[in-house]
Amino acid sequence: MAPIAISRALNMGLRKALEADPKVLIMGEDVGKLGGVFRVTDGLQKDFGEDRVMDTPLAESGIIGTAIGLAMRGYRPICEIQFDGFVFPAYDQIVSQLAKMHYRSQGQTPMPIVIRIPFGGGIGAVEHHSESPEALFAHVAGLKVVACSNAADAYTMIQQAVTSNDPIVFFEPKRRYWEKADVDTTTPLADALPLHQARVVRTGRHVTLLAYGPMVKTCLDAAKVAADEGHELEVVDVRSLSPIDWPTISESVRHTGRCVVVHEAQTFLGLGAELAARVTETCFYDMQAPVLRVGGFATPYPPSRLEEHFLPDLDRVLDAVDRSLSY
Amino acid sequence: MTADRSTTPPPPAVDPACDVVQLLTPEGLRIEHPDYPLEISPEELRSLYRDLALVRRFDTEATALQRQGELGIWASLLGQEAAQIGSGRAMQPDDMAFPTYREHGVAWCRGIEPERLLELFRGVNFGGWDPHDYNFGLYTIVIGAQTLHATGYAMGLQRDGAESAVVAYFGDGASSEGDVNEAFIFAASYNAPVVFFLQNNQWAISVPEERQSRIPLFRRAHGFGFPGVRIDGNDVLACLAVTRKALQHAREGQGPFLIEAYTYRMGAHTTSDDPTRYRLASELENWKLRDPIERVKAYLSRNGLADAAFYESIEAEANELAARVRTACLSMPDPKPLDIFNNVYAGGSPLVDQERAFVASYLGDGDGAEVGDATPVLH
Repeated sequence: MAPIAISRALNMGLRKALEADPKVLIMGEDVGKLGGVFRVTDGLQKDFGEDRVMDTPLAESGIIGTAIGLAMRGYRPICEIQFDGFVFPAYDQIVSQLAKMHYRSQGQTPMPIVIRIPFGGGIGAVEHHSESPEALFAHVAGLKVVACSNAADAYTMIQQAVTSNDPIVFFEPKRRYWEKADVDTTTPLADALPLHQARVVRTGRHVTLLAYGPMVKTCLDAAKVAADEGHELEVVDVRSLSPIDWPTISESVRHTGRCVVVHEAQTFLGLGAELAARVTETCFYDMQAPVLRVGGFATPYPPSRLEEHFLPDLDRVLDAVDRSLSY
Repeated sequence: MTADRSTTPPPPAVDPACDVVQLLTPEGLRIEHPDYPLEISPEELRSLYRDLALVRRFDTEATALQRQGELGIWASLLGQEAAQIGSGRAMQPDDMAFPTYREHGVAWCRGIEPERLLELFRGVNFGGWDPHDYNFGLYTIVIGAQTLHATGYAMGLQRDGAESAVVAYFGDGASSEGDVNEAFIFAASYNAPVVFFLQNNQWAISVPEERQSRIPLFRRAHGFGFPGVRIDGNDVLACLAVTRKALQHAREGQGPFLIEAYTYRMGAHTTSDDPTRYRLASELENWKLRDPIERVKAYLSRNGLADAAFYESIEAEANELAARVRTACLSMPDPKPLDIFNNVYAGGSPLVDQERAFVASYLGDGDGAEVGDATPVLH
């Protein structure tokens, strides 16, 4: 099969999920006839009908709140939030209702809901279209949070997320939507890498790079350049931001002795803070340098003409690698 | 000279003294309403009286338990018994209710043992019943959030082809929340079989209904494209008849319906509140004349449908219920420390498992028998 773009792989994964279980629904703004503003749901309403692929009123809290009710009735809604910055009207329903429902009902009311959010910058968009709010969700007990970085994972992870009986916030790297890769559609879902496991996507022995979503490609690019300079970087695609696959991460850092975390989100109290703390706790005696972080600055996401200075790029990753190696 | 920038709105354009559906007057006189005929047997009337009296007695006992330190807080339903029993009795077993945290009367109608309601307020759990067993959701503390769940559930009923409907409970304060307005929009847009049952008890803690709305709340439904009606919320017969009809309307595929049950919160918002700071005692005295239970008693007595022995038997049953609830409350076991970690996720989480194992170890209990069920998974 020819290489497939991430957006297309997600579309194929969603189609498989709709085919596999009649209780699976898709709901969101413009997901029907238009197929979503990124066309991720293209053609699904036509094939599965308006009752299963619902164009909703333009109200994010309403989307999540009614999805909760549908889940109570036995459905498995996949909600699309159109852009990262538009999720906050639904934040109360996600944090106060969705995340806590299974706990407060003493396990009687599972919430098999997936919330898809295209996230991150780099597309020259206006404000509220380029944010990385994943830490705000990973901090919430009761939610699970994942991010895909490539088409093969996109295809598999979205299907795994739909089969989860826990609510999953599913971050999609919107600037990579059109990046193509080979996608294996033949391996049964049960044999795929479990959703909440990290993956070493490039092996190396000098520094471990921890990244997810759009920054995995940036780190892989950086690793190629570093290799020319004689530095072998190991790149770990964290994939699951809650829960985090500590064994895979710890094993890598114990092996390299150095760790740099890369994400687009502001570094202050971002995922990198938790990763750094935990890596330090578990790998302290094997480490040659403190965990360094590369990420957005402690500012709002800037106007797009400035975003190249805000977003970590290959040079900033390599700069951090050099600093790590200098200890 | 400055422009008039008063923050007090002008008087409403529509006279709030609007039609109110009433089938039983405060004096206990039965009246008819052309849109809401109600045939009800003496036995059913006595049964309604029993419900009203028992939930009030239960509520009184719960308030006492809070005052004695046995409950962390209590949200009294005093004054709202008719709205809750009337609407609760209108539901069929397959209908689903989504309550706030004050729907003790509805819970009673759904068959939930009153002592289970105390578990939340004592801090033993967040709701001691399985919503699916009783078709009664867990109490919802965040104001208005459950109206969206109700609407989504109703959308699920549509997809299932089920012949049942949903009642979403909320109050006058909640009517200002975005979630309630979004619930109206989703319900209208998808024609969902949901009855929005608004108990307008006139006070959102200390803030009067005038701050929430410039028009009678039932009129809001019109703007969303579905019917709304105001009823005497202290008239159990009106609450029963109108909710029954609204549920039928929903079941027949005619979409959502808003009922504004105009009532009065005779007690404090909760036991942490002091209503003397924001409302006049005369207001309460005035509403006591419209008491939801007294009018049923007056009707029964006037028409010779109940005698002193009946009222005595109900009072005795109420006192037995109160004693039973008290005993159950005092003997409620505290959860074990490791129960903190139960049911965070349906599919489990290595982080939660690890923290549970840490606490089990920290508490120094090898087999977890006293601290709860420990299933440590360490990396």
